Amino acid sequence: MIIASNITKQFGKLKALDNVSTTCNEGECIALIGPNGCGKTTLIKSILGMVVPDSGVITFRGKDIKNQWEYRDEIGYMPQIGRYPDNMTIGQVLDMIKNIRNKKTALDEDLIESFSLHNILDKRMKTLSGGTRQKVSAALAFLFNPAVLILDEPTAGLDPMASEILKEKIIKEKGKLILITSHILSELDDVVTRIIYMQDGILLFNKSIEDLKQDTGEVKLAKAIAQVMKI
Amino acid sequence: MKKIIKFVITDILRNRTMMVYTLFLLASSFSVFSLEDSNSKGLLSLLNIILIVVPLVSIVFSSIYVYNSAEFIELLVSQPLKRKSIWLSIFGGLAASLSIAFFIGAGIPVLIYQANMIGLTMILVGIMLSIIFVAIAMLAAVKTSDKAKGIGAVIMLWLYFSLLFDGLVLFLLFQFADYPIEKPMIGISALNPIDLSRIMILLQLDISAMMGYTGAIFKDFFGTYTGISFSIIVLLLWIVLPVWYSTHKFNTKDL
Amino acid sequence: MGGYAKVKFLLFVIPFLIYYSAQAKTIHVGAKWEYKSVTAGIQAAKSGDTVLVDAGHYKEKNLIIRKSIVLKGLNYPVLDGEKRYQIVSVMAKGVVVDGFKITHSGISSLEDLSGIKIYDGHNVVIKNNILEDTFFGIFIEKGDNCTIENNRITAFNKAEQQSGNGIHCWQAKGMRIMGNTITGHRDGIYFEFVNKSFIKGNTSTNNIRYGLHFMFSNDDTYLSNVFSNNGSGVSVMFSNRIRMLYNSFLENWGDAAYGILLKEISDGYMEGNRFTKNTSAIYMEGANRIHMKKNTFQNNGWALKIQASCMGVVLERNNFIGNTFDVGTNGSLVLNTFKNNYWDKYEGYDLNKDRIGDIPYRPVSMFSMIVEKYPTAMILFRSFITTLLDKTEKILPSLTPENLKDNAPLMKKAF
Repeated sequence: MIIASNITKQFGKLKALDNVSTTCNEGECIALIGPNGCGKTTLIKSILGMVVPDSGVITFRGKDIKNQWEYRDEIGYMPQIGRYPDNMTIGQVLDMIKNIRNKKTALDEDLIESFSLHNILDKRMKTLSGGTRQKVSAALAFLFNPAVLILDEPTAGLDPMASEILKEKIIKEKGKLILITSHILSELDDVVTRIIYMQDGILLFNKSIEDLKQDTGEVKLAKAIAQVMKI
Repeated sequence: MKKIIKFVITDILRNRTMMVYTLFLLASSFSVFSLEDSNSKGLLSLLNIILIVVPLVSIVFSSIYVYNSAEFIELLVSQPLKRKSIWLSIFGGLAASLSIAFFIGAGIPVLIYQANMIGLTMILVGIMLSIIFVAIAMLAAVKTSDKAKGIGAVIMLWLYFSLLFDGLVLFLLFQFADYPIEKPMIGISALNPIDLSRIMILLQLDISAMMGYTGAIFKDFFGTYTGISFSIIVLLLWIVLPVWYSTHKFNTKDL
Repeated sequence: MGGYAKVKFLLFVIPFLIYYSAQAKTIHVGAKWEYKSVTAGIQAAKSGDTVLVDAGHYKEKNLIIRKSIVLKGLNYPVLDGEKRYQIVSVMAKGVVVDGFKITHSGISSLEDLSGIKIYDGHNVVIKNNILEDTFFGIFIEKGDNCTIENNRITAFNKAEQQSGNGIHCWQAKGMRIMGNTITGHRDGIYFEFVNKSFIKGNTSTNNIRYGLHFMFSNDDTYLSNVFSNNGSGVSVMFSNRIRMLYNSFLENWGDAAYGILLKEISDGYMEGNRFTKNTSAIYMEGANRIHMKKNTFQNNGWALKIQASCMGVVLERNNFIGNTFDVGTNGSLVLNTFKNNYWDKYEGYDLNKDRIGDIPYRPVSMFSMIVEKYPTAMILFRSFITTLLDKTEKILPSLTPENLKDNAPLMKKAF
């Protein structure tokens, strides 16, 4: 569904992406992991068209995404830090995005319900805690039933309860293409089908979870990764 | 696109700075008109406000707004929207709100006290200047990612347009005093929207002084339809070119 | 004794009076009278007679009057110069020309062809005439104690060479020029070597060059005249002891236009004049001991331009309102005095409430000095930088003349 070939992106002296290629198919749940500053977010932003790669091509359903915008209609994106116009209320933000997306099909308001956002619709964004904002971001990402979900550090800042709700929601959405970045490995255990590990802008490895567990003989994902890193 | 403009406008109009700006304009316009003994003197004081305060507020407010909206812009960019329309919507929203603020703050008092050609020119010029400096601010904001640097840059730009440029002109005048530089001066004035606006208003306000020899040359040019069209077209270019360039830059900017 | 002398005087005078009243006749000229042409009527008249001319169109070529007669028109008979001749020439004393419409004189700079020309006239009166399309209007070539009153003088030529002056006086004294209206001439009223004369209630507008132009003329008084929209305003040069009272100088616009240009003038007195909407209301060069009091300067480009060559100019109790620049100068002006004027740009205060500002007013702004030197700097007029320069200059004078100031500016209008 999404094919990235030979993506390179440099920010000044820092090579954020160094010749990265990967293919993401429908039904996969891919964990994009690696230490801070390894290029995860840059890769995601490249897919979303927010960062323009220096070289390489990204295609979405076979079409080059360069200068395209319509394809984003099929993507739900939850950013690492969701910041919204200070003076708008949660309700207004939701309305605005609904308005922009202008979807005729039914909306998925599960998360709004389960995060009880519908009780605080008239709170202004600037009064919200970081966690609540993350909830709004998550709710927005799932709202339009997109074919692709891109979640950047989804559980960072969420309390354990909310974290759990979100995880369940992600599991429920199996069958879509889901891209998750995280540096906390334990969260991803039961969801993920494939792991992409990046370091210093280089794609170190790219394996399905079965292969990984088989290769390392570890059941726990974190341990399996640690095992890999030792080699 | 219309939706985003609407969101930007409602967002800005709720902003306290914008309220303060409007009230400041209202208070100063009404006070200059009621304190000065003649309305034309009031207009002159108002002219200073328009030429100094309006560009300053427009450029600083717009750049801060764009920087503060970085995450919001990110959110929009991740949505199925064209970058061009996002950027133009923000420009449209800022331009509309600052123009509305100016119109309420200065336009209405002018219409009450001086509803004539001079007053109308003044309102037109004030609105043009508001929009021009939104355009310049957005260009500066898209060129510099660092907020502190960007705001520093726009303040320098304002200083340049309202003070340094004229200083340079004065210097040129002294240097080339022996040459017939009246006509080149007309061209040079086009390089600064504030100067051009000032001349447009002065030609209607200080007729007597403008009738002197050099004034007459400026009047012969700026006072005619060609001159007025020239001024308006140049002012429009001051909007279109920065907007066009910043849109181009924004299209390939990494967020 | 006194009574006897009086009787003797009457006995002496009465026969003369009787003689003259018996002799003074009235001669009629017109289609229904014996004399069909004015020339014929004048020929028939003797000094002291009245020639009454009926309405009609008379082509008299050059009508020359050599007798002391009263020439009076009824219902404005037209004297037509056919664009070739001078129309009326007065060559005697005590002539009165009254009530004619005098049109289409010839044009000749060599002979100064005029509507009415007075040669060495004493006690001549020219009144109630309408002059249209004459080269010169009324031309006095040497005169004494003449009166030019209530004439309407209009010319239509656009070029300076094609047009003479409305009322032109050369070498005269004791003239009274009153209530005339002059439009479209080269100079409205022109004086050269004219002394002790009185100019009152004239209106001189839309003339090609000056509304009033006079040189080498002393002890003249100007009262309640209006000079407006003239090409270069009013020019007064090389004259002494001129009094100008309650005149209006309006809308004289142009690069070299002045409300009034004073050049090499001494001991003048100006009071109650109004200067409105002139490029420069007063331009002074080489003026000495001019006293200006209670004049109003309103909405001019420059209210006063005083060149360094002026001395002993005193300005007191004048109102300066809405002028772009109050005073412009190229020098230091130490020998001129400003006191008790009202300046609308004054920003001082009056703590002791004596209606006089406690700090001096400096009417010369930095920017006006710059413009004086570099006229193109006008393009920076009212820009932020020039405002800043002006403000700093007010606090720390460096370029503007230190001593040019009104030490006692009024807080309210002087009158």
